[in-house]
Amino acid sequence: MAPMKLYGAVLSWNVTRCATALEEAGSDYEIVPINFATAEHKSPEHLARNPFGQVPALQDGDLYLFESRSICKYAARKNKPELLREGNLEESAMVDVWMEVEANQYTSVLNPILFQVLISPMLGGTTDQKVVDENLEKLKKVLEVYEARLTKSKYLAGDFLSLADLNHVSVTLCLLATPYASVLDAYPHVKAWWSSLMERPSVQKVAAMMKPSA
Amino acid sequence: MSTNVARVLVCLEEVGAEYEVVNIDFQAKEHKSAEHLARNPFGQIPAFQDGDVVLFESRAISKYIIRKYKSAGEAADLLREGDLREAAMVDVWTEVEAHQYNPALSPVVYECLIYPAMRGVPTNQKVVDESLEKLRKVLDVYEARLSKHTYLAGDSVSFADLNHFPFTFYFMATPHASLFDSYPHVKAWWERLVARPSMKKLGATMAAAAAGIKQA
Repeated sequence: MAPMKLYGAVLSWNVTRCATALEEAGSDYEIVPINFATAEHKSPEHLARNPFGQVPALQDGDLYLFESRSICKYAARKNKPELLREGNLEESAMVDVWMEVEANQYTSVLNPILFQVLISPMLGGTTDQKVVDENLEKLKKVLEVYEARLTKSKYLAGDFLSLADLNHVSVTLCLLATPYASVLDAYPHVKAWWSSLMERPSVQKVAAMMKPSA
Repeated sequence: MSTNVARVLVCLEEVGAEYEVVNIDFQAKEHKSAEHLARNPFGQIPAFQDGDVVLFESRAISKYIIRKYKSAGEAADLLREGDLREAAMVDVWTEVEAHQYNPALSPVVYECLIYPAMRGVPTNQKVVDESLEKLRKVLDVYEARLSKHTYLAGDSVSFADLNHFPFTFYFMATPHASLFDSYPHVKAWWERLVARPSMKKLGATMAAAAAGIKQA
C-alpha cells in the first residue's frame, strides 16, 4: 500500500496540524510540497485534490480529502481511533467539544496574530500591532478558560490524550516562534499541558519540521 | 434566533428527539451568569444538557445528538461513522461550511438583515459586494460538487448538508437570494433540503422570531 500523501508546505500551520495527527497516529505518509510562488495551488492537478486551491490536501489511494481538521480525523480513525473515542458517547462528545473550541476560540484568535507577525513581513507587508494587541487580549481570556479546564483534567477532553489536544500543537508551536510566547506563563496548568505534549515524539518531529533550515 | 442554536435544533428535529429550548436572556446578561458559565465557559449559546452530560459548541452538541439517536436505531446515518471514506466526506463538507461557505455568506445576512434590525444601522454595501464575490467562487465549487452527487457528502443527506440550513435560510430573506438561480444544482439541493419536515418546522419558527425582532 502506497503511503498517504499530504500536500502543502510545512510553513503552513494547517499543514502541520495534519502532520501532527498523522505522526501521532503512526500513519504511513509523506509530505509533498506545493509551490505557491509558481501558483501550483491553482493548477488543475491541485484543484482536483482541493477545489478551493488551498493546502493541505491528502491523498490516500483514490481518496482525496481537504480541510485540515477532516484530514486529522481521517488519520485518527484509520490508524489510531482511540484519539477520537467514537465508541463512547460521552467521551467522543468531549473530544468534539474541545476540537470545536480549538477551531472557534483558540486558533481563531491566534490566526491573526500569527499572520501579522510571521506571514505579513514575509510577503513584504508590515505587522499591524493593533490587530496583534487586540487578539492577544482575546487570547488571554480564552487561556483563562483553558486554565480552569486543565485544572480539572490532565488533557482537554478528559484524562486521556485525544485529537483535541493534538489539533492545538501546530499553532502553539508557531506562537512560540513569535515574541509573545510568554503569554502562556500566566497559566501554569496550560503550560504543564503544553510541556507534556512537547515531550511526545510526534510533536518533537513536527517541531523539527517547522524549524527553518540553516 | 441564533443560527448556532438553529443548527442544533435541525439535528434534534431530524432525529425526532424530545427536547425543550430554554431561553437565555442576553439583555439581562444571563449568558455571563455563573449558572450559564457552568454550562458554557465562553458565555455563549448554545449550551446543552442531557442528564449529567453538559456540552457546548453547536457542532459538538449536534454530533452527540445524532450519535445518541443513531445508536438507538431511530435516526438516519447522518455522520456515516461506520465507513472510513464516507465519514471523511461528511467531515470535509462540514468543515467547508464552517471555513468557506459561512464566511462568504454570513456577512450578507448580517449587513442586510441582522445589523439593520438589531442596531438600526444601514447596510454596508461594500461588505455585501465583497462577500457576494467570494460567495460566487464558493458556489462554483458547490455547483461542480452537486452536479456529481445529490448531497454534499454523497447520495444521501448528511450532517454536512444540515449545517447549511440556518444561515442559508436567512440569506434567502435578503435581496440577494436570486444569486442561487445561477447555480442550478445548488438551487435544486437547497430546495430538496427545505422540503424536509425538520426544516419546514424550523423555518417557520425562525421566520416568526425574525418578524418579532423587526417589530421590537
